[in-house]
Amino acid sequence: MTDTILDVRNIEVVYNNTVQVLRGLSLSVPRGQVVALLGSNGAGKSTTLKAVSNLLELEDGAVTSGAITFDGTPIAGLKPHALVRRGLFHVMEGRRIFEDLTVEENLTAATFALSGRGVAPTKFDTVYEYFPRLFERRTGRAGYLSGGEQQMLAIGRALIAQPKLILLDEPSLGLSPKLVEEIFTIIARINRERGVSMLLVEQNAAVAMAVAHTGYILETGKVVIDGPVEKLMRDEDVREFYLGVAGEGSEKSYRDVKHYKRRKRWLS
Amino acid sequence: MDFDWLFFTEVTLAALGNSALLALTGLAFVLIYKATRVVNLAIGEMLMIGAYLFFSFTAGMGLPPWGAVILSIIGGALLGAAIERSVIRPMLGEAAISVFMVTIGVGSVLIGLTELIWGAEPTALPDFMGKTPIFIGDAYVSRKVVIGFSVAAAVIALFLLAFRFWRGGVALRATASDQAAAYSCGINVPAVFSLAWMFAGAAAAGGGILVGAVGGIAPTMGVFGLSALVVVIVGGLDSIVGVLIGGILVGLLEAWCGTYLGGEYKMLATFSLLMLVLLVRPYGLFGTVEIERL
Repeated sequence: MTDTILDVRNIEVVYNNTVQVLRGLSLSVPRGQVVALLGSNGAGKSTTLKAVSNLLELEDGAVTSGAITFDGTPIAGLKPHALVRRGLFHVMEGRRIFEDLTVEENLTAATFALSGRGVAPTKFDTVYEYFPRLFERRTGRAGYLSGGEQQMLAIGRALIAQPKLILLDEPSLGLSPKLVEEIFTIIARINRERGVSMLLVEQNAAVAMAVAHTGYILETGKVVIDGPVEKLMRDEDVREFYLGVAGEGSEKSYRDVKHYKRRKRWLS
Repeated sequence: MDFDWLFFTEVTLAALGNSALLALTGLAFVLIYKATRVVNLAIGEMLMIGAYLFFSFTAGMGLPPWGAVILSIIGGALLGAAIERSVIRPMLGEAAISVFMVTIGVGSVLIGLTELIWGAEPTALPDFMGKTPIFIGDAYVSRKVVIGFSVAAAVIALFLLAFRFWRGGVALRATASDQAAAYSCGINVPAVFSLAWMFAGAAAAGGGILVGAVGGIAPTMGVFGLSALVVVIVGGLDSIVGVLIGGILVGLLEAWCGTYLGGEYKMLATFSLLMLVLLVRPYGLFGTVEIERL
C-alpha cells in the first residue's frame, strides 16, 4: 500500500442529532496526489471535508462512527486550529476571506497556522508569485476584491500555512470559465511544485478530473464509484451524468433530456 | 452680556476628562463586541468591581496606590476571563438577544456581590493623585481630570496601534469577521475570545479606578456604563477611533448643556445626538458598514 496522508474509514455524519448525511463513507488520499470528490448537490461532499477538518462541530454536526486518520494520527478530539497547525488546511466553500481586513492582513491571519511548528515563516512573496494580482491589491480591503481574486486569496492563505494536505471546497464556485481554468492551472502547479496533497470537492467534474489523479463519486452520502481518473473518464455512467457527454457521442439538447430514462447502474 | 471665555475653557477641559473616561469604558465595550459580537451590558458593573478592588487594596490592605492599580487591573482581567469562560462561552451560537440578556444578568449579579462584600454605601476612594491644581494658561483644571485624560488617551492609542500592527490584533479582527474561517486559518478562536474579555476587563477596571477617583464609588456607579454605551453606539460598535470621537462628542455635549442649559438637559442632548447619528449613519460614525457585493 502506498503512503496515505488522509484515511477516512466508514464514517457516518449526523447533523443536529437527526439528519444523517454520510452513511459509511471511506476514502483515502495518497501523499502528493490530488483526489477529486464529485457528486451532485447534497451528496455530502462539503460535509466530508468539514468532518475531516473538524469544523463540523460549529454547525452542530458530529461524526457518529468510523475513523479519520491524518498523517498517521486520528483526528478525533483535535480542535480545528490544532489540525491546521499539524498541516491540514481547509479552504472553505464560498471563499470565506476576511472582508474587512486587507489582503496582507488576511495572509497574516493565516500565519497562525505556523504557531508551534518551529518552521520559518512563509514569505508573502510565495503567494504573490502564484497570484501576482494579489500583490497589486495587497493593501486594499479584501471585501472589494473580485470573486476570482477572493478565491486566489483563499488559496493564498492556505499556501502561507505550509500544509501537507489542502481541502479545497468548490474553488470554481461563481467564477467565469476563464477564471476557473486559471485557478485550476495554479492548483495543479501548487500540487506539482510543492508536493501538497489535495482533496478537491467540485461540481465541475470536467475541470476537477483534469487536475486530479484519483476520483470518488458520491451519492447520498456514499461512495458509488471510485478509481483513477483515467478509469472514471471511460466509465459510461460518469461520462453521461457527470461529464455531460452522451453515451453515443452525440450532443444532447436539454429539450429532450430524459435524465433518468437509463438508470444509473450503481443505483440498481 | 459678555461671554466668559475662561469659564467656558474650564468647563470644556473638565468635560474632556470625562470624555476620556467615557472613551476608555467604551473601548472595553468595543473590544468585546469586535471579537465576539456580544453586546456586553455588564461593562459598567465590571468597571465598578475594578474600582472596589482598588478600594480594598488601598484602604483595606494598605497597599501603595501603584501596586493597587496593577492588582486591580489584573483582577479586572481575571473577572473578564471568568465571565467569558463560565457564562458567555456556553452561549456560543445562541441568538444575540439571549447573550445580551445574559450580560444584563451578569451585571445584576455583580451589583449584588458588591453589596454583599462591600455594602451599599457610597464611599470615596483614598486620594492618590494629589490635589495641586494644574493651570493650562489661565484655566484651572483638576489634577484628577488631567491624569484621567492622559491615562485614557494613552491606553486608547495603545489599543489602536495594537489592532493595526500586532499580529494578535489581526487574529482578533479575523475572528470577528468570520469565526469558522479564523479557525481554518489556525487561529485559536476560544483563546481569542478569552483574550478579548481579559483586555476589556482590564480596561474597564482601569476606567473604574479613574471614575471612582473623580466621583467616588458606589454599587450604582455602573450606570456610567450606560453613557459609555451611548458613546459606543454613536461612534460605531466596532470602531476604536469611533469610541474616541464619540467619547469627546458626548462628554462635551453633556458638560456644555449641563452648564448653560441646566442639568436636566444633559440626557436630552445626549440621546438627541444618539438619535441624530443613528438616523444619518445607522452603523455609527465609524462603524463598519457591511460590504455587500452584488
